[in-house]
Amino acid sequence: MKITFPYMGNSHIAISFFLSGLGHEVIYPPVPTKKTLSLGVQYSPEFACLPFKILLGTYLEAVEAGADTIATSGGYGPCRAGYYGELHKRILHDMGFPIRMIVLEPPLKGPLDFYNKLNSLIRPQSSWRHFCRVFKIAWQKLKAMDEIEDKLHQLRPLAFVPREMTIAYEKGLSYIEQAQTLAQVMEASDEALAGMKKVSVDPTRNPLKIGLIGEIYVVLEPSANHDIEKILGEMGVLVHRSIFLTNWTRDNTLVNREKDVRQAAMPYINQLIGGHGQNSAGETVRYAEHGFNGVIQLAPFTCIPEIVAKSIMPAISLDKGIPVMTVFLDEQTGRTGIETRLEAFVDLLQERRRQQEAS
Amino acid sequence: MRVGIPRTLSFFTYYPLWKTFFECLGADVVVSPVSNKALMDEGVKDTVNDACVPIKLFHGHVAALKDSVDIMFIPRMVSLDNKVTLCPKFLGLPDMVRYSVSGLPELIDLRFDMRKGKHELYNFLFRIGQRFSDNRLKIGQAIWQARGSFVNYRRLLLQGCTPADAFEILDGDRQLPQEKRCGGIKLAVLGYPYTLYDDYVSVKILDKLRHRDVEVVTPEMVAASDMQRMGKTLPKNLFWHYSNRVVWAGLYYLLDMNVDGIIHVTAFGCGPDAMTNKLIELEAKNQRKIPFMTVTIDEHTGEAGVDTRLEAFVDLLRRKRGLL
Repeated sequence: MKITFPYMGNSHIAISFFLSGLGHEVIYPPVPTKKTLSLGVQYSPEFACLPFKILLGTYLEAVEAGADTIATSGGYGPCRAGYYGELHKRILHDMGFPIRMIVLEPPLKGPLDFYNKLNSLIRPQSSWRHFCRVFKIAWQKLKAMDEIEDKLHQLRPLAFVPREMTIAYEKGLSYIEQAQTLAQVMEASDEALAGMKKVSVDPTRNPLKIGLIGEIYVVLEPSANHDIEKILGEMGVLVHRSIFLTNWTRDNTLVNREKDVRQAAMPYINQLIGGHGQNSAGETVRYAEHGFNGVIQLAPFTCIPEIVAKSIMPAISLDKGIPVMTVFLDEQTGRTGIETRLEAFVDLLQERRRQQEAS
Repeated sequence: MRVGIPRTLSFFTYYPLWKTFFECLGADVVVSPVSNKALMDEGVKDTVNDACVPIKLFHGHVAALKDSVDIMFIPRMVSLDNKVTLCPKFLGLPDMVRYSVSGLPELIDLRFDMRKGKHELYNFLFRIGQRFSDNRLKIGQAIWQARGSFVNYRRLLLQGCTPADAFEILDGDRQLPQEKRCGGIKLAVLGYPYTLYDDYVSVKILDKLRHRDVEVVTPEMVAASDMQRMGKTLPKNLFWHYSNRVVWAGLYYLLDMNVDGIIHVTAFGCGPDAMTNKLIELEAKNQRKIPFMTVTIDEHTGEAGVDTRLEAFVDLLRRKRGLL
């Protein structure tokens, strides 16, 4: 079984470790490029959102590289992403690629189905005991990566040469990628943090603080959002991301644990609308309360929950006094356009802060 | 008291129910005008640019109604069956409207969620009724009457009436038209009630096809039992009520009714339709290899362009059947 999986942010490091640990031959999903996207766009429905198109593109590239099985996640709406596994499968079959699609649905919706699919991933090469051991290490890797990424966002705007911090972080990632045991993962993450601390920073700086909210895929995947965190970080802005993969998975797989964000969104939208729509509203409220200077909402074009959130955003922005910029991303979005908008937004926030401090 | 009901979205599914209910409680029902260019332009002004055409049009209808009513009826439609929800834009509709249109009257935005139980429709109506009357008996009677006209309405739709005809028949202004049999081709036109039956949005596709002597069938003419049966043939169903109905109706016409072709009418920017459309397209191709056409409608759709495409499609189907 030659297996591949969706590419999202840094998660491929942990997932490929996990799958090869179970004894599968892993076809590494290629880093999404312009070519990947245009390949995906060619075979996707026109109004499917950007993640659908990027994923179809990476699947096609992986299939070309010899993959015959795709493992991905499912869901039961109301966001469209829950149906992507099924539709990707149909499109690939229609194109004449007889791939096998393993769609892992939320465990509590169909425990037996979840067990069977997981079992088919584990057998015959390995055992449940081995699975638990590998899963623990992979999970630890994800947590370590989220930790150093969080650190990166805090430190990069303070660095004298922001670029150095990015390099130290990337080196740290490669340490984590190489780690093979639990102890080695811990060691690698300490090593990575130490490396980032070595970069000289100016602790007296008071950077602008921007919260990043929106749809999970475009928030987590740099090739979809044109490296927005890096652009902002290297402009000297502290970016706080609302979603990290580990906390999101923990909070959403079994029981919902995002009560406080939902609570904050309640006065504006008192209804679960799927995806991250309600979270976006709630997180904007919370960023305002925590003294952030602005919020950027990222969403793929035609993303239904984020469109609902966007239409409520002006009211939240006005009530809580926090500027919000919404960026809808699609295959036509150019990097220069994003950069210009970000520069203008940051200038505005700086001026606003200066005026607030003066008065 | 004047209750305003926008003439779009769930209007086409539930209007006779709401109308009878409010009228039995002694309220005047005011419906926004039939969709037109001015309403569309007004809606475009108020709505976020990324929203789909039906949502923009809804905002236009709300804006047109807001000054002439005391209370506006925009329920939060969460689930119309006991399984799936509607599109997230329906779920957030009262919030979108509240923060996008200024100068609104009081809103009735109670949640309608059939997943709560079999009798949720009655509970929902009862909660609304309490705003209009303290007399529980009167509310109960209103619910009963409303239920009656709703059942009649659904029966008329199943018989092939368009909603506009059905409203007139229910008011007693018209008789049920005689069934007109045509020996030509049979076409399934799939789409949501608020795109198919809104003449402005659909640029009268249904009428145009009927004038070309085509027998047209739509999802509203499929019985609930057939819908359910088709739902079981798919490995995984969609998560939205209206989209499921469109897919199931498509399968029904494809497998059981031998239609000559399928037209899917979809609105620009419709999220669920990106999935629905591809699903039907692949089913039409793999199951019976019948012609399939998508007509995407936006706020600029010109009638002439749609005419040409329909004419070409119908000619193609006729030729395929040897009728031309």
